Amino acid sequence: MRERIKYLLLTISVGLLLWSLYKIGYVLPLEANVAAYQILYLHVPSFFAAFTGFFLGLFASVLYLTTGNFKYDSFAAGANEVALMFATAGLASGMIWARYAWGIWWTWDARLSSMLLCWLVYVGYLFLRRSVEEPTQRAQLSAVLSILGCVNVVFVYKSIEWYRTQHPSPVLSFRNGGDHMGPGLEAPIWWNWLALVCLGVVIAMVRMQQGEMSREIDALRRQAHSY
Amino acid sequence: MSRAALDAALEIRGVWKYYGDFPALRDIAFNVMPGSTLALLGRNGAGKTTLLRIVAGLSKPSRGSVTIHGANVREESTRRRIGVLGHGISLYDELSAFENLRLFARLYGVANPARRIDEMLERTDLKRVRDGLVREFSRGMRQRLAVARVFLHDPEVLLLDEPFTALDDRAIAVLQALLDDMHRRGRTIVMSTHQLREALEAATHVAMIQRGQIVYAGERRQEMIDDTGWLYRTYGEN
Amino acid sequence: MERTKGQVGDLPHYLRQVLTIAAKDLRAEIRTREALNASFAFMLVILVLFSFAFDPGNSDVNIQAIAGGLLWLAYSFAAALTLNRSFARELQNDCLDALLASPIPASALFFGKTLANFALLLAMEIVSLGVFAVLYNVRIQAQIWALLLVIVLGTWAMTVMGTMFSALTVNLRLRELMLPVMLYPFLVVPLSAAITLTSDLLNGIPLGGDNILWLKVLAGFDVIFSSLVVILIDTVLVG
Repeated sequence: MRERIKYLLLTISVGLLLWSLYKIGYVLPLEANVAAYQILYLHVPSFFAAFTGFFLGLFASVLYLTTGNFKYDSFAAGANEVALMFATAGLASGMIWARYAWGIWWTWDARLSSMLLCWLVYVGYLFLRRSVEEPTQRAQLSAVLSILGCVNVVFVYKSIEWYRTQHPSPVLSFRNGGDHMGPGLEAPIWWNWLALVCLGVVIAMVRMQQGEMSREIDALRRQAHSY
Repeated sequence: MSRAALDAALEIRGVWKYYGDFPALRDIAFNVMPGSTLALLGRNGAGKTTLLRIVAGLSKPSRGSVTIHGANVREESTRRRIGVLGHGISLYDELSAFENLRLFARLYGVANPARRIDEMLERTDLKRVRDGLVREFSRGMRQRLAVARVFLHDPEVLLLDEPFTALDDRAIAVLQALLDDMHRRGRTIVMSTHQLREALEAATHVAMIQRGQIVYAGERRQEMIDDTGWLYRTYGEN
Repeated sequence: MERTKGQVGDLPHYLRQVLTIAAKDLRAEIRTREALNASFAFMLVILVLFSFAFDPGNSDVNIQAIAGGLLWLAYSFAAALTLNRSFARELQNDCLDALLASPIPASALFFGKTLANFALLLAMEIVSLGVFAVLYNVRIQAQIWALLLVIVLGTWAMTVMGTMFSALTVNLRLRELMLPVMLYPFLVVPLSAAITLTSDLLNGIPLGGDNILWLKVLAGFDVIFSSLVVILIDTVLVG
C-alpha cells in the first residue's frame, strides 16, 4: 500500500514538473518585466515547499511529544530534512537569478536573508539529530527544536514584510493573489509547488522507513551489549 | 487497588523503559512496604540505575507508574518525601557547606532550616567547616556533606544508588548510623548495589534485576548471607 | 492527604522557588567571578577591536549610524559565552540530578537560571554601554530610559533563548560549538529589532510612530518564546 502511494506521488510529481518545463519552455513569453524570470518557477515553489515542510515538521513534532509514537518523529525528521533541501534549492536558484538579473551573487535583502536564517535553524536541527545517540532523547530534543524553529520561521517571515527590500515586492501573496503577474503566468508556480510537495512527501516516506530500520538496528545493538 | 497496595511505601506498576525500540526495563512490578530496607541487586547494565532514576522522578517511564504512598513521584509534594543519593556528590563547589544545605533546605521546604542544618552538620562531623567552601573540602568531607544533604529534609523514602562504592570508611560509618536511625523510625530504604555483603546485612528484602526484568523480589533469606553467590546462581543466568 | 501544591497555581511558592535558584546561581557566579570577568573582558575587547575595523576617527564613517549594530553584536557575543555555562555548570558534581529530584518544577528551575543570567548580563551591558559611549563618542543621555527599555527587552530575548539552548545541549558532546550555532538564528529577529531601535535612539529619534512596530516585534518575541519555552522545558530536562 505504502509502495503504491509512493509511486503514485512520484508519478504525479514528475508529471507536473515535466508539464511545467514544457510550459516554461514553449508556452510562456520569453520576457516578462524581469530578466530570466523563468527561474522563478523553481525558486518560488521551492520556498513554498520548504515552508510547507517546516510546518509539517512542526505538526509531526507536536504529535510526537503528545503521543510518544516514533512514527511521528521519523516523519518530522523527514519533513524537516526535505524542507531544508528545498530551502537550499530556493537559495541556490535565488542566487543564480540574482547573478543573472542584477550581476551579484548575494544581496542582503529581506527575503533571501530570512530564508538563509531558516536554513541555518534547520541545519542546526540536523546537527542536533546527529549529536544525540539515544533515540528517545534524540526524538524529544529535535521535536522541541522543530517547534521552536518553525515559530521562529513565522517571526522571520513576518519581519520581512516590514523591511524595505531590493527584492521585487511580493508578486505572490495570499491576499493580493498575483496582480503583478498575468493570470496565465501565475498558475505554474502553484502547480510546481504541488509537484515539489509530492516529491517531498515521497522522500519523507522513504526517510521514515529508514528511521524505523535504524531504530531496529539500534535496539538490536543495545540488546547484544546488555546483560 | 488492593489494601496491601495502598499501604505500600513504594509501588512500581508495570514499568517499561524504552531507549528507542530497545526495552531497558521490562514490566517491572513490585511493592516495598513501609519500614523495610530493600537491596536492589543486579550486574552493571542490568537496569538498576535506570529504575532508580525513574523512582526518583528524574526520568519518565515509557509505560507504567511509580507511586510513593499512593502519590505519583512526578508530583512536587511527593518528591518532598524522597531523598536521593546518586553517584555524584551534588554540591556546589563555590558555596559553603551551610549555603549548600540551605539551598536544599529551601527547595525541600524544611522547617527551621538553620537549626536543622546545624544539626545535620553536627551529625556528619562537619560543624567546624560550616562556612568553608566546598571546593576546599577533602573528598571524605564532601561525601559526608552529600550524606547530610540527603537526610536534611527527613525523607520517608530513601533511594541510594550504589552508596558504598564511592564512600570512604568514615562516610560509610556516618551513613550507616543515619540509615539505622531511619530504619528504627520505620522509614523505607531502597539501596541498589553490587556489593552484596554490606547491602545484604542491612536489608530486610531483596530484589534482583537482570536484563531489565525482576527475577526475584522477596524477603532476604539466610542463604543469601551465607553464600553471596547463591542468589545469582539460583535466579540469574549462567 | 495534603493538597498538592500546583506549579504555577501557587504563585508565591513558585516565585520563591525561582528566586532560590536565581540567588544560588548569582551567589556562585559572583563569588568565583571567573565567567563574569571573562565575558566582561570579552565585551570590552570586542568594542575596542571594532574601532580598528571601523576607524571612528575617520569622518567618512558614520559611527552614529552603525552604533546600534556594534553594541548589540558585542552584547550577543558576550551573551553566548555566559549562557553556555548556565546549565553546563550543573553537570560538574551531578547537581542537575539533585535539583531535578527536588520538589522544584523544571520551569521554576529554568526561570531561576534565566533570571540570574539576565541580571548578570544586564549589569555587564550597562557598564559596557558607558564604555561604548566614551570610546565612540556617542550621546546616550537624551533617550536613556527608552534605551534601557530596549536593552532590557533585547537582553531578555537573548537570555531566555540562550538558557533554553543551554538546557537542550547540556548533555551533548560538542556543546560549546552547538550552542552558538543553534542560538544565533533565533536571535536575529530580536536583535534586528533591538538594533533598529537602538540606532534610532542613539541618533536622537524617539520611540514612536515608525519604530513602535519594532518595539512590538521585540516584546512579541519575548512573550511568545518565553511561553513556548515554559511549556517545552520539562521535556528537555526530564524527558
